[in-house]
Amino acid sequence: MPLLELRNVTRRFGALTAVDEVSLSVEAGEFFTLLGPSGCGKTTLLRMIAGFDLPDAGAILLDGRDIADTPPEKRPIHTVFQSYALFPHMTVAQNVAFPLKMAGKTPAETAGRVKEALAEVHLEEKGGQYPHELSGGQKQRVALARALVNRPRLLLLDEPLGALDAKLRVEMQIELIELQRDVGITFVFVTHAQPEALALSHRIAVMNAGRIEQLDEPSRLYGFPKNRFVANFIGKCNMLDAAVVDIGPAGLRLAARGLGELAAPAVEGARAGEPGVFAIRPEQVRIQAPDAPPGLENHFTGKVRDFLYVGDVTTYVVELANGTRIEALLANSAPGRARFFDVGEPVRVAWRGDAGVFLRD
Amino acid sequence: MAQARGERLQRWLVGGPPSAFLVVFFLVPALIMVIASVRYPGEFGGLAPLVPAAPGEEGGLTIENYRVFFSDRIYFEIFLKSFGVAALTTLICLALAYPLALLIARSPKRHRDLMVLLCVLPFASNFLVRVYAWMIMLGPFDLLFSKFAVLAAMVYVHLPFMILPLYTNLEKHDPTLLDAAQDLGASGWARFWRVTFPLSLPGVFAGSALVFIPVLGMFAIPEILGGIGDWLVGNMIKESFLGVRDWPFGSMLSLMLTVCVLAIAGLAAWLARGSVARA
Repeated sequence: MPLLELRNVTRRFGALTAVDEVSLSVEAGEFFTLLGPSGCGKTTLLRMIAGFDLPDAGAILLDGRDIADTPPEKRPIHTVFQSYALFPHMTVAQNVAFPLKMAGKTPAETAGRVKEALAEVHLEEKGGQYPHELSGGQKQRVALARALVNRPRLLLLDEPLGALDAKLRVEMQIELIELQRDVGITFVFVTHAQPEALALSHRIAVMNAGRIEQLDEPSRLYGFPKNRFVANFIGKCNMLDAAVVDIGPAGLRLAARGLGELAAPAVEGARAGEPGVFAIRPEQVRIQAPDAPPGLENHFTGKVRDFLYVGDVTTYVVELANGTRIEALLANSAPGRARFFDVGEPVRVAWRGDAGVFLRD
Repeated sequence: MAQARGERLQRWLVGGPPSAFLVVFFLVPALIMVIASVRYPGEFGGLAPLVPAAPGEEGGLTIENYRVFFSDRIYFEIFLKSFGVAALTTLICLALAYPLALLIARSPKRHRDLMVLLCVLPFASNFLVRVYAWMIMLGPFDLLFSKFAVLAAMVYVHLPFMILPLYTNLEKHDPTLLDAAQDLGASGWARFWRVTFPLSLPGVFAGSALVFIPVLGMFAIPEILGGIGDWLVGNMIKESFLGVRDWPFGSMLSLMLTVCVLAIAGLAAWLARGSVARA
């Protein structure tokens, strides 16, 4: 039995359907992420799991039991809020002790558990300080310690890293992974930042307009997006309008509009003549001089339109004959060289016949 | 250099006038009062000359007023009664104002201004008129000239001074804190006592000071609505100046009242220093 199960959960605000027939299940010990742009319904879903909001239809089950009638304070589910929501009039230790006090634990037990919880987030020394004396990262850790101290069945995290700067964010991501592994509590994480979701999660539900577009492991979401939305939202993706020409044993033959034919991996259920879009990641696209031996199955010529040097890699934007722009990633492994091609230079982009994915409309 | 001088000039222009106002209209009168309290009363009010006009007349300085104050129990009792009435009024105001302030603070934003306006609307009519209105209201019920009448009017007049600072404080509270408390297992009651109330203490203290101190010096309400036994310090001071025309004695009473208020305010600030600093 899954720890948390959502069955056809729907929530409407007036004419807007914020969450539309969402069904999913989260296993015990999992790091599960709800990923989507702002307004996609992920926070509404989280609030319903916490109990601050109720679904208009459908059911939320914890350990197989419907929790619709259980108010937030009675649910064994705690939340880490985006703003941390630390109590400003209490010390760090008093903040962490709060849920234990509410659960009626003895002062002796409370003191011991608070100490352990602060040790888990490396804040042993800060127990006597007030929240306003802490840095953003420290506040974040206090919020985590407070939410985990009496071992909830489920921890909800609402964009908890949103307020941190980029470097601290990466540090906290690593700490979050370690913390989740150490305490073994199921995490449901909400974010709009796809790199964060890919780095942290066991599984991700990509949401858009109140619905789940795709629910999968990070590598499968990235490698095999189901539709245009997921392909666009997770990482960068080149898109070529195409139609199926022929289905062979090795894969598909596609006709890219204005470019010609190309080979693509097989797609289940694809029929000849079917329109769609061919999606390929920039790191799968090679950029070559136009006179170099092709070597790769698919190749088209174009002109360098722009490039973006970011240190480890350079991203080239290549304009093809039909006006489509293709991004290609070139690793800067040769030291001292920022780039290999100039703007306006004719080049060839190429990729393997088993790379990319054809998305049917 | 020039810039520093410009800044200093600016500071003087901004801070100077209010400071001058306070010196002329607060500090100087307070000093006059201190001096008046150790002089002899003039024949028809005012003060007797420092140098006796004729032999045998009173003149110079005296601590007679203070001797009388500390030797007669009646002054102690009337001070005690005044502080009791002020404390009771403050408590009743707090009990009535807190739920109302909370209600306003948690109402939709578009309704709040109107509700606050309604709270201060009574100020639009004169204070004495409103006190006389209580006379008309209480008369038929035979409640006039009683402790109840005094207390009811005291509470009525000072209630807005409690509501406003409380509302200003409660309105700023972050609602996520209550969500967090609920999420972590706090019932409605626990959320109030452990989050809302402690965070509102600065508002509670501000409102209490704004009610307690004016009630201490109030003489109009006991005079109009109270019986002779309901007189407070304010009535004694007023009577000293306008009734028996003993200015030095009235000055001494005012001064003792000020000293008591400062002592209480100091004690309260000392007790509250932690919670106010944090919230």
